[in-house]
Amino acid sequence: MEYFFQQLLNGFQLGSVYALISLGYTMIYGIIRLINFAHGDIFMLGAYFGFYAITRLKFNFFSAIIFSMVLCMIINVIIEKIAYAPLRKKNVPRINLLITAIGVSFFLENFTSLKIIFGPDYQPYPRPFKIITFDFLGLTISSIQIIVFLITLVLLLILDYLIKRTKIGLAMRAVSYDKDTAFLMGINVDRIISLTFALGAALAGAAGVLYGICYPQIYPYMGVMPGLKAFVAAVLGGIGVISGAVLGSYIIGMVEVFTAAFVSSTFRDAIAFAILIIVLLTRPQGLFGKEEGIKL
Amino acid sequence: MLFIENLFVNYGMIKALQGVSLVVKEKEIVALIGNNGAGKTTTLKTISGLIKPTSGKIYFKDIDLIKLSPCQITKLGIIHVPEGRKPFANLSVYENLRLGAYFVNKKSEIEERLSFVFKIFPRLKERLKQPAGTLSGGELQMLAIGRGLMAKPNLLLLDEPSMGLSPILVEEIFSVIKNINEEGTAILLIEQNAAKALSVAHRAYVLETGKIMLEGKAEELINNENVKNIYLGVK
Repeated sequence: MEYFFQQLLNGFQLGSVYALISLGYTMIYGIIRLINFAHGDIFMLGAYFGFYAITRLKFNFFSAIIFSMVLCMIINVIIEKIAYAPLRKKNVPRINLLITAIGVSFFLENFTSLKIIFGPDYQPYPRPFKIITFDFLGLTISSIQIIVFLITLVLLLILDYLIKRTKIGLAMRAVSYDKDTAFLMGINVDRIISLTFALGAALAGAAGVLYGICYPQIYPYMGVMPGLKAFVAAVLGGIGVISGAVLGSYIIGMVEVFTAAFVSSTFRDAIAFAILIIVLLTRPQGLFGKEEGIKL
Repeated sequence: MLFIENLFVNYGMIKALQGVSLVVKEKEIVALIGNNGAGKTTTLKTISGLIKPTSGKIYFKDIDLIKLSPCQITKLGIIHVPEGRKPFANLSVYENLRLGAYFVNKKSEIEERLSFVFKIFPRLKERLKQPAGTLSGGELQMLAIGRGLMAKPNLLLLDEPSMGLSPILVEEIFSVIKNINEEGTAILLIEQNAAKALSVAHRAYVLETGKIMLEGKAEELINNENVKNIYLGVK
């Protein structure tokens, strides 16, 4: 029983990281209907930025997270301006954007693998604070887990506030519903799209650093699997639905950890994609998604 | 106030507008009437910047609108109330109205404009917290116009405000249009309901397959034989 609860805790930890990544997927999909397959690589960049901030710049843990979030924001906005914005302005079919995103993903993975950038090798991630474990009702909770939960919670609350209570958030919701009418309100739609990319990247950047301290080994292709799983989580929750992405992420995190713990760790990746197939076959709009009507 | 000269718009191979020229003067209601596909909505979308013309001029008080983005045009007080109301159905009525005054940050100013809109459409006040998607057709039209008014427009572009409404609501909407105009807002009105449009307008243009076929004072057009036959359904 203790083992079960211990795994629940681990699932919660993994789910938190997935939640931060999948929010970016779901927000960017919501705003321009693009499945941004390069998003997992932004997460990878975030892990590396945190790594260098801690090892080279001697930043403390919290400033390293902020540093990584800011750099990821800037890079994702630049990517949006160079790779997607010119295509959007030409009103190309959505598939073109999707293929571009895959291209951006390959570029980031291979470019950062160059020796002069991050290099292709695995790097051990530093632990910038002492790991203390607490015994709580027979469970062992580490300071890492507590920090992951707290940071995720704070970021989710900030995001929720931003989207529901601010003018910018209102504009984001308007743009995601109907771009042309948003223009007529005087909303600078391009700026709102950039901002969405920036927000998604900030969360992915934070996720990268958190992932680094939880599973302390990083490499340029590390974003592929978590990125895909966060994507599955976003689809499971109903892509475009913010709360769905969070819940979907915790489900995927739990399922993955429990599969590894009680079935076999070789199935841990397969199970996430099995869920994707089942969702797409039975409820393609996801748990919380609405079936999209035909827009006239 | 608004000055359009020789406007051409293409959708790929289709020529939507072929040399439209029209003028809206201060404090005027100008109606643009014509059949489906004549290019009425295209004209409005080009004015508000959603469509860029292939050639022609659009000036608003000496400002060249063609160079501006839709949000800059909105900032000038040219407010386009689109066809089909286009509510943000996922947002509440309040949030929709708030977006209408997107540039305004001062709370007192927003409150003031809200109460102005509620004076015209008291129904919206009752629905304030409801998602816009739950409103009836008439309420949606009120919301669309109310949202436009939140911007304190100098020039209001109305696209088919009477579409799909019951005769009583059509009367109500048109009397509102008249009132808004009497408070000093110029209006460019697009309508298929030509009789109604001509009854409130000062001047009117008749658009056919992308060209202006007729123009004149509204009361002259009402008595014009061609207009009577084609648009007013009088034999």
